[in-house]
This record gives sequence, structure tokens and C-alpha cells, in this order.
Amino acid sequence: MKLTLQIWRQKNADDAGRMVTYQLDDVSPDMSFLEMLDVLNERLILEGEEPVAFDHDCREGICGMCGMVINGVPHGEQRATTTCQLHMRHFKDGETITIEPWRAAPFPVVKDLVVDRSAFDRIIEAGGYISVPTGSAPEAHAVPVPKPDADKAFEAAVCIGCGACVAACPNGSASLFTAAKITHLGLMPQGQPERDSRVKAMVDTADELGFGGCTNIGECTAVCPKGIPLETIARMNRDYLKATRG
Amino acid sequence: MTELYVEGDPIRDTKAPDGPIAERWDKRRFGAKLVNPANKRKLTVIVVGTGLAGGSAAATLAELGYQVKSFCYQDSPRRAHSIAAQGGINAAKNYRGDGDSIHRLFYDTVKGGDFRSRESNVHRLAQVSVEIIDQCVAQGVPFAREYGGLLDTRSFGGAQVSRTFYARGQTGQQLLLGAYQALARQIHAGNVEMHPRTEMLDLIVADGRARGIVTRDLVSGEVKSYFADAVVLASGGYGNVFFLSTNAKGCNVTATWRAHRRGALFANPCYTQIHPTCIPVSGDHQSKLTLMSESLRNDGRVWVPKKAGDTRKPYDIPVEERDYYLERIYPSFGNLVPRDIASRAAKNVCDEGRGVGPGGLGVYLDFKDAIDRLGRDAVEAKYGNLFEMYERITGEDPYTTPMRIYPAVHYTMGGLWVDYDLQSTIPGLFVIGEANFSDHGANRLGASALMQGLADGYFVLPNTIGDYLAAGPFGEVDSAAVAEAEEAVRTKVERLLSINGDRTPDSFHRELGQIMWDYCGMERTEEGLLKAIGMIRDLRDEFWKRVKVPGENEELNQALEKAGRIADFFELAELMCIDALHRSESCGGHFRAESQTEDGEAKRDDENFSYVAAWEFSEDKPVLHKEDLVFEYVKPSQRSYK
Amino acid sequence: MSAVSSPPKAQATSPTSAQAGNRLSPVAVHAQKARKPRTGSRRSSILLKAVMAVSGVVMIAFLVLHMIGNLKVLFGREDFNHYSHWLRTIGEPALPHEGFLWIMRVGLLVAVFAHMISATVLTVRAKRARPVAYKAKRKSVQQTYASRTMRWGGVIILAYILYHLLDLTLGVANPAGTGATPYDRFVADFQRWYIVAAYVVPLVLLGMHLRHGLWSAFQTLGLSNARRQRGINLFATGASTLLILGFLVGPAAVVIGVVK
Repeated sequence: MKLTLQIWRQKNADDAGRMVTYQLDDVSPDMSFLEMLDVLNERLILEGEEPVAFDHDCREGICGMCGMVINGVPHGEQRATTTCQLHMRHFKDGETITIEPWRAAPFPVVKDLVVDRSAFDRIIEAGGYISVPTGSAPEAHAVPVPKPDADKAFEAAVCIGCGACVAACPNGSASLFTAAKITHLGLMPQGQPERDSRVKAMVDTADELGFGGCTNIGECTAVCPKGIPLETIARMNRDYLKATRG
Repeated sequence: MTELYVEGDPIRDTKAPDGPIAERWDKRRFGAKLVNPANKRKLTVIVVGTGLAGGSAAATLAELGYQVKSFCYQDSPRRAHSIAAQGGINAAKNYRGDGDSIHRLFYDTVKGGDFRSRESNVHRLAQVSVEIIDQCVAQGVPFAREYGGLLDTRSFGGAQVSRTFYARGQTGQQLLLGAYQALARQIHAGNVEMHPRTEMLDLIVADGRARGIVTRDLVSGEVKSYFADAVVLASGGYGNVFFLSTNAKGCNVTATWRAHRRGALFANPCYTQIHPTCIPVSGDHQSKLTLMSESLRNDGRVWVPKKAGDTRKPYDIPVEERDYYLERIYPSFGNLVPRDIASRAAKNVCDEGRGVGPGGLGVYLDFKDAIDRLGRDAVEAKYGNLFEMYERITGEDPYTTPMRIYPAVHYTMGGLWVDYDLQSTIPGLFVIGEANFSDHGANRLGASALMQGLADGYFVLPNTIGDYLAAGPFGEVDSAAVAEAEEAVRTKVERLLSINGDRTPDSFHRELGQIMWDYCGMERTEEGLLKAIGMIRDLRDEFWKRVKVPGENEELNQALEKAGRIADFFELAELMCIDALHRSESCGGHFRAESQTEDGEAKRDDENFSYVAAWEFSEDKPVLHKEDLVFEYVKPSQRSYK
Repeated sequence: MSAVSSPPKAQATSPTSAQAGNRLSPVAVHAQKARKPRTGSRRSSILLKAVMAVSGVVMIAFLVLHMIGNLKVLFGREDFNHYSHWLRTIGEPALPHEGFLWIMRVGLLVAVFAHMISATVLTVRAKRARPVAYKAKRKSVQQTYASRTMRWGGVIILAYILYHLLDLTLGVANPAGTGATPYDRFVADFQRWYIVAAYVVPLVLLGMHLRHGLWSAFQTLGLSNARRQRGINLFATGASTLLILGFLVGPAAVVIGVVK
């Protein structure tokens, strides 16, 4: 396969940045998207240029480190797939591929395709946990959890914190990310004591960090590699309004 | 052979209590000194790594009142590679009433480790396992549940009891997020100072104590030192020395290797676990390998063509021309033989030229019989997500064509030597999780890595570190030691940037990995290992002459990060080969072709090798210290799966 | 003394270690800065959304009544004008003349302003959260035309309402003038094609606005879940279509000559 790549290059946070075009021949359809970028980077290094910086780690779709906007869609058009699990067989020979970093004010670009997502950590730190110091836990079977609740909680708990939801949202909203954690913990009996304070703290923190509000469009859940459902946001809203009233 | 290393004095675990094994942990906890609560806030602990071990340790130490500084190379502590663990976590809860007990988990683990682990440590692990489940459930980890609301368990990795707790195929993720959230809570409370995108590049040892680390800020390139009264390494395993492994791309040995160079002994480096069910390499571009859950072997049948070089499509090969080799060689366990045996059998058939797929490095894992027997829907319900993942990566549909699998490096049992308190040979340097060597012997059982990481981090280290810290705070850090360590780091970085050769860091890493895979992988021979050592040394010399690292230090420079890690992998690789060479027996994941039974199975040599090989660093030749292993409760026996 | 965080002796060789705690990302710094001055003054996005949902529902309730009233035009001049007059006398003598109408007007004005102000604040926040656009032509994966046009659609609808008030309520912009009865004004309007267009186009836009708005209100108020989602979407589409069709009946009747 031959490809034309248009990649966002930005030396550091202060640099203005620009799109740069690269030609790549001999791309195998069996390569993953990141392996294709590896090939480009190996060439750039030998040519004495700086390789394209991008975040990645596990390369099996679970760590949430990778993520770039491919042809305008976070993680590319293949549904329920992280960038690292996207393979080149889904592209056409001769295609031009545009690759950009996540765009959102709370995710400033660090370099090239690398952005700073520590805002997500701030949201979790604000209350995305159950306060249970080590050693203080009761016997695991002391509180049964209805299977449907456990399954639903799990569905929300699989969020990998990649940030695609924010990148896809025209409002730069972190609602899906925040709602996933609120739903996960809010469905477990262990999460009830802090349910109100948690939702208040996390949502307010997301607002303070400069994420936008939700307009219920659903781009987030459409690009989410783990398919976190939109209903989590409704649950978060309900919990928030209840916590605010009471 | 002896010209490669020298043998030093034997070493002993002085912290391990004696007495009945079930009382040892209590005894040690009672014997350990306590730190006055008011003093805890005056004591600082550095924790490197935020996986299951590091994340849980940092959170727990902060809860206890210590000042904690936590470091990870990723952009967030939530991304550590523990997150990728699929299968589950073992615990001796015996919720099924199927005969499980702490003693049985202890017994299975010692036996599974092929009698190369310490009984005391393993028993403690089994004891603590039950508390882990309690803790994680209280944190809100969404474990799989029965309809009655109680926890579900399954039998895993050939265990005869159902003791594995799981959260679908993402147990590691859920447990890690639990630890991460506990850590986040402490960060918010101001008890933990978090440093993401920061890599430890050296250990500061002053006045004989580990007192801090030298780091490089991966965004700004700034080299900076942090100080503490104790340093905890939870930096994971070193499987990436093979380049291709199931580890994350960033996993590296630098933290532990730098500590090793500063005096910590490195134990059993040659013990590597090779997982039989991974997706095979698809070409030269391959950057990492993806594990497919071991559970697939419950219903999939493994086979290769009988004839070498048979290139027909799988289903064009008639059944009588297929070799279901696991079922043939191991009639009683069949496709469910332990990991090391399944891996080696796959290698053997591929070596005979009967492998399938690109490069002939793969065997079929066929679900046709299962689909015919159970129906497609039942198979989909059980393995649907795995089949999907397989199709995403290979573009092939496992419902209509057999999967192709091949073994890949997965876990390293070796690591820094620690005593019962998880303290290394450098006072004040503690090592937990995969980074230490302690609990798995020569082979780790499935679903035991998560157990050990969390046991160390939540329950063991927070209890034992106090014994050391009770003597602190240790005062000012000697500035000469700091200056020397920082200078060493800067010099190495400058050297890497100044070579400006004609080969990329990755090209060296790939070549090193190939050497390790070929000669220090599933099967090792004296001849091959000697050859490998020579090749590694040549390649390392070439690396320092020809590597090209573009850019500069004062920026995010991923090529520089890689080059630094590869430089340490070279040194580790040599030690691994030396360790593999000196251990001329076969045990667990270490198979020496010279030491096998008539049937080609691993043959242990308890007479000569029932010890931990702890290596001391030396610029000249590594020094071997032996720690004898004593078995009072589980009598060593030969494993058999025929 | 404790040497833990930054011993002075070591500081000499490692001058930066004193700033050990400063490695917060720009976002963290921003958050710390933002947290103090803004506490209390920055309304939560979810509350603003709830305000939009509630005010939207109030306006929809009004529209339903309005639509039903409009259908009176089919029963002829007498009925329609009588209805129009009756509206002004509701609640008499407890309420003054037009009292009920004014209560409703004030209520609606509050709803309109609450809706607009919240929308404006949220729009400004959204723009700030996404200051840089993607170079690649954005492919909408999920969003509908209706959801994408909420903001500009809202502005156009506002302009339309102002015109509509001048036209049919006050009569100043009506071809029949201020002196005509409501029925005559109505008929005069829709005998002219350009006024028909000036009504139909914004009404269709309003329909789309309502469709996404209704769905959004359910979601914002937390009344939605995966099971109900389909139903809510159908309801939102059905209700807004019915409402707009109801509004179009009158003008259509004028156009085809049933009402004259």
C-alpha cells in the first residue's frame, strides 16, 4: 500500500504547529496503525528528522494511552476500536490520511500528537473512588450485589480514559468520562455513602477544568472504543440534580 | 563457563521467621518495629511505578500517614500494564466449598513454581489472598457475580479448584482502577505527590542506604533528584528484553537494573514465562504481541498438519492428515497442559517445519468441533469478545477458519532479590510485584500475578517497611552521592545523543530480541547461550557506536527514552544468558535441552540447583550468591501431565 | 530536622528539588487558579442544562395550547375571535382583564430568557473548551442535523417569534393592520405566499429544535436510560412532528381556501 499522511507537527506546547505531508510506500495491510507510524518514524530518524511523537503503551486496546484523530474521527472510523488496534487493511491504497491530536482546551498539546490528559486524573481525584483504607474492608460476601447491577456497573467501569469522547465532542465535554465512573460506583452498594458528594465534586471539577457541557448529541459514545453507553450521562445528570436539591 | 562469572558467599534471608508456617506472617508482623503515628508524617517514601503493586502500595502508605512520592513514565498512573491482565485473581476463599484452602493455594503455587520459590513467602501470599478480595470488593471492583449476588469464581490455568475471581476478561483493568482510585484519593488529600511522565534513571545510595532517585522529566528533559527515607521499586518485569512480548511498549528494566548496578542483587533472571496462546507475528513490522486468554484452550483444539510444508488451507487438510499433537502426547491433560509445556510443544512442531501461517510460526487453535458440538451461539457467548479481538487484529474470522496462535514472552519470574520483608540487599530499597523475584519460583501460575502484586502493595510492604522506617528519619542526603548519580545520568543522556550513528534504537532492540528469543527463549542450550553472549556483546558495542538518536534532551524525546532503556536491556540480556547457562537443569519456564527426561520433559536437578541464584553486579564479571531453598511442607516431586 | 522533602545540603547540587511539588500539568495549575475565584460564581453545566430543559418544557406546554387554539380557525371567524376574546377574560373577576394572559406572558418571558441565557453561557463554554478545529473535514459519526443546528436554529426561532408577535399579536407588521380582528389578520397573512414561507420554514426548524430539545430534556433531567432511549426518541420525533403539523393546518387551510 502507498499512503499520503498529513500529520500535525508541533515542537512543544508553545509552538504554533502545522500539518506536514509524508509519503509512505510499502505499508502492509497487516500493520496496525501505530506500526505504520513506527515505519515512518524509523525512516525519519535515519533521515535525521525528529520522529512523530505519539502516546502509546499496551498496544492491545486497554491502557488508553494511544489516541489520535484520524480523518476527523477520534481513533478512526472503525467502531469500538482504539488506534492501536486499528489495522491498515481498513484503508485504501493511495489514500490520504489526516492525523491530528485530540483537540480540547483542557487537553493542551505537549508535542505533535501527544496531549496532556491529566485533567482526567483531576476529575477522578475529586471523588472518583470509594473511601476504604486498606485493611478496613468487611468480608467480601457481607454485601451481595445483584448481578444486573454488577454487570451494568462493569459496562461503565471498562472506560479506559483515552479521551476520545472529549476529542469527538463539539463542546469539548468530559461528560461521558465522568458519567462512566459515577455510574460504575453509583450502581454498587459500596458506592452509596459517597454517591451525592462524589457526583457533585466530579462534575464541578470537570466544569472548573474548562470542559464544556453536554448537548446530548452522542458523538462521544459513537467513538468510545469501549462503547460506554449514553445513558450513563442521564444517570449522572439525575444523580447531580438530586445531590444539588438535597 | 566459569570464566563468565565468579561465585561469592551464599546469601540468607535473615528476616524470615521460623516456626509453623501458618504462624510465620503473624510472628513477623508482631516482631516488626512500629512507627509512631506522629513520626509517620516526617517520613517520606518514594514509590516507582503505579501498577497493581506500586499503586496499591503508594495509596496504602499514604493512608498510614507517610509522605509518598509516586512516579510513573506514563501520562497517568492508571495506565500501568497491570491493566492488561485478562484472566483473574486467585484467592483461597473456598466460596465453592470445593476443598480449597490457604494451604492448598500455597501447595499449588510452590508446586507450580517447580520448587524454586520460598515456602514462607508463598504461604504468606496465600494467607493474604483472601484479604485482597475483601479490599477490592469494598473499593467497588465489579467482579463477576452469581444470580444470588455473591461472587462468581472459575477454575483457571489447570487448577482443580475454582478459586479465580474475575471481571469478565478485564480483571487486571478493574483491579488496577481500584488501586488507582485509592491512589487518586490520597493525591487529592495531599498525601501523595504524583509525578507522571517521569522516569527513574538512577538510585541514590548514600551512607549505605537507598535515599532517593534521579529522574528525567519526559516532557522537559529536566534531570532532577527526589529524596526519601525509603525507596520502593514497583517497576514491573523485563519481558521487553525480547523486543516482542505481551508487555506494553514502555515496560523496561531500567529502574531495577540501575538499582542492581548500585548494589541490589538480581535473582533468577533467566526465569521467563512464555505464554502459549498469543496471536502470531504477521511480519517484520510487528511491534508487540497480543495475548489471547488461556481459557480458549478449554474448547479449542490445537493442531498442525502432519506433513512439513503443507500449505493447503486448514479445512482442506483432511482430519487424518492433522496432528492434534497435545492430545497425542499428553492424553490425560490434552489441550489443557500447563503454559510452559504447551509453549514448548508448539515450538517443537514449528521447528519440524509443520508450523502454519506467515513464516511457519504458528499452530492452529480450532473451534470447529466446539461449534459443531455446542452451537455457534454458545461458543459466541463464551468467547465472543476474544474472537472479535482476534478478527480485528488478523482480519480472519475464527468462526470459519481456525485461529493461529504462537507462544510469546509474557512474564518474568526473576527480579531483584528481596528478603521476607521485601527489602533488597540495599537497606531502604524495597522491591514489590513483578519487579522482585520472590513468590513464583521458576514458573508462575495463571491468575497469580495480580494476587502477588496486590498482596505486596496492600498488605505486605505496608507492614514490613515500618520495621526499617522506625529508625528514621535518616537526615540529610549526602550531596556527593546525589551529584555523582545525577552526573552519571546526564553523561549517559549526552552520550546517547552525541553518537549520531546510522541505526535506529528500535533496530538494535529488534536484533537483541531475536538473539534472546532464539537462544534464551523456550529452549536453551549451552552452545546457544555461549553464542548469544558473544552476539549480545558485539551488538552492544555496535549500539554505542552506531545508534542514532535525533533531537535533544530538553524536550519530549521518545527516541532518547527508548535508547536509554535498550542500553540497560543489553546488560540485562547478558546476565540472563549467564544465569541460564549456569543453571544446567531444567525447571519451570527454564528449559535446558541438556536436562530432559526420555520423553523430552523438563528434568529438575534438586541436588545441585535447589537454590536462588542472586547475582551481584560487577563491571568485570557478575558474582553469584546462592540462597538455599528449604522445603519443609511441600516435598519436591517431578511434574507429570501425561 | 527532617531531611525528607528537600534537605538543604542536597539542594546545593539539585537546585530544582525544592520545587518537587511543582510538576503539575498546565491543566492542574489552571484548575488551582480557577478553583478559588470561581467558587460559587460558576454555575454547573448540568444545572444550566436543567434550566434549559425545564424552560423548554414550559415553552412546549405553551406551544401545545397555542396550537390547539389555532385550530379554532377551522371553525370560522366567530369561533376564532371568540376564543381570542375568551383568552383575555380567563379568571375574571378574580383576575383583572387580560390578567391570566399577562401571567402567562411573564412566565413565558422568564422561560425564554432563562433558556437563552443558559444557552449562551453553555455555548461560550463549549467554544472555549474547543478553541481549535480539526483540519480534516469533520465527519459526523452520530449527531443529527437537528442536534447540530440547535444554537443557530434557536437564534432564528427567536427572530421568527419577534416577527410573529409584531405580525399577529400586535398587528403592526400585518397586512390587515392593527385594527383587524385576529381572524382577519390570520387570513390576510396566509393569502400571501411569502408570508406562508416566512412561517413554514421557521416552523420546520422549530420542529427539529423541539425534536432534539425534547430528547435532550429527558436526558438532562435524567429520565432516560438505555431501555427508554428508543421510546424517548420516537416520542420526541412524534410529538414535535404532530405539534408542527398542528400549526401548519391553519395556514394550509387558508392557502387551499377552506378558511377565508
